[in-house]
Amino acid sequence: MRNVVDTTPEGNMVLNVGPQHPSTHGVLHLFITVNGETILNLDPNIGYIHRSIEKMCESLSYRQFIYSTSRMDYLSAHMNNHGCALTVEKGLQVEVPERAEVIRIIISELTRLASHQLWWGSLAMDLGALSPFFYAFREREMITDIMEETCGARLTMNYIVPGGVMADIHPDFQRKVKEFIVQFKSKIGEYHELVTDNVIFQNRTKGIGILSKEDAISYGCTGPTARGSGLSCDIRKIYPYSAYKNIQFKEILETEGDSFARYMVRMREMEESVHIIEQLIDNIPEGEFQAKTKAVLKLPKGEFYTRLETARGELGVYIVSEGGTTPYRIKFRSPGFSNLSALNHMVKGHKIGDLVSVMGTLDLVIPDIDR
Amino acid sequence: MENEPLLNSLQTGFPEATIAIGSDWPEMSIESTQLLEVIEKLKGSDNWDFNYLFCETCVDWKTHFTMVYHLSSTQFRHSMVLKAKVDREIPQIESVVKFYKTAEMLEREVYDLFGIQFLNHPDLRRLLLTEDWVGYPLRKDYHDPINMIKL
Repeated sequence: MRNVVDTTPEGNMVLNVGPQHPSTHGVLHLFITVNGETILNLDPNIGYIHRSIEKMCESLSYRQFIYSTSRMDYLSAHMNNHGCALTVEKGLQVEVPERAEVIRIIISELTRLASHQLWWGSLAMDLGALSPFFYAFREREMITDIMEETCGARLTMNYIVPGGVMADIHPDFQRKVKEFIVQFKSKIGEYHELVTDNVIFQNRTKGIGILSKEDAISYGCTGPTARGSGLSCDIRKIYPYSAYKNIQFKEILETEGDSFARYMVRMREMEESVHIIEQLIDNIPEGEFQAKTKAVLKLPKGEFYTRLETARGELGVYIVSEGGTTPYRIKFRSPGFSNLSALNHMVKGHKIGDLVSVMGTLDLVIPDIDR
Repeated sequence: MENEPLLNSLQTGFPEATIAIGSDWPEMSIESTQLLEVIEKLKGSDNWDFNYLFCETCVDWKTHFTMVYHLSSTQFRHSMVLKAKVDREIPQIESVVKFYKTAEMLEREVYDLFGIQFLNHPDLRRLLLTEDWVGYPLRKDYHDPINMIKL
């Protein structure tokens, strides 16, 4: 632990934000050095929810370790599982049935929608508007119900496994997803009326926390955070994996690099996700939902890396195998970790109130950062 | 650049390094003392332009450590893996913060969990664990009878 002093030698105040601050959405602790209201320096102190998932995975088999990844970025649980499954499949050289590929993508995009909706509600809440949270949860609840029927859980969901998916989709799945799409499309206008067009909201986000494209590259930012700065980095588009090759969708880019640009990227991404689901929901191929794999998986000696796009950005799964049934070393390159490293640069010179707006549009999930 | 031409151009650029195609991208192994000049060349060259460090980590091989750098280019979209061997007795390597700002946090994490000293790092402190933590948990010889759950 480091000694927290009230003032620095120059006479500036050191303020603790968190680890129990409502706008950090988890146990993130920030030391901020302030001169009056202006932030001079920010030093994140992370690790409050560090479980050392990487070390735990070293003693888990290739079927077991996937379940701990749902506990990293719990809002992108299915995408985390997908990343692990893809890496294991790469090592085993298993062909995944087409049906499973399509189901995986529908589930991933639903997860992305649910994640962005929670983000939208909580961002508005951080900035002082409580009601959008309930509007967001009205639609999010429909996705959570679909997930509950499909994989039996509402949080820390597990559905994607090496070789395919755990079970076939529920008979009601397609009907419910279509109901959700109708509902979402009729309500997205409300989202914009409530928050996007709000003058107070615009004043608090426009021109705040500017991240240039060069800095986004240097800080290793990914996902909507980097796309708000005009950096084309959507892994679904630039290194297509799974069935994304055959799907029509646009990569959303904004160029301003401020909080409002990051906000708009996520809002437009939600519509793009709906567009992806619409293309697939009536075209789920018939067939097996899981490839035949051995009961005990053994990866050949070697190193395998998968990049994929979660709701927060690029997730990397790096497995070093020595040929056994457990990974020798596993590394999760989490999107939130790199995005957080740019926070100090983004808030320097801003007021304390703007920190909330910048942090909100980075969409940090702390278990994802700490792992 | 595709993997094959990239591999060939890397072989021409670094004749003394060992380069092979890995599971996804070309993998280049170098001496840890050469790290900075190699990265400077990779990042500065107009043909490669490796300006994006998307993953930096370490692997404990019991006899030595290997630092693994995953680099890609936002312009050409090609990627590569750079590996440098680090001695286990004197775990030291140059920091790459001056090329990639993201390395500041990534190297603090590696220092925290593997105990590798990054030379010329601006702010090398523990990141995830507390300052008074003894040992480096991701090393293979680390044992903690109280906190470690054996699964």
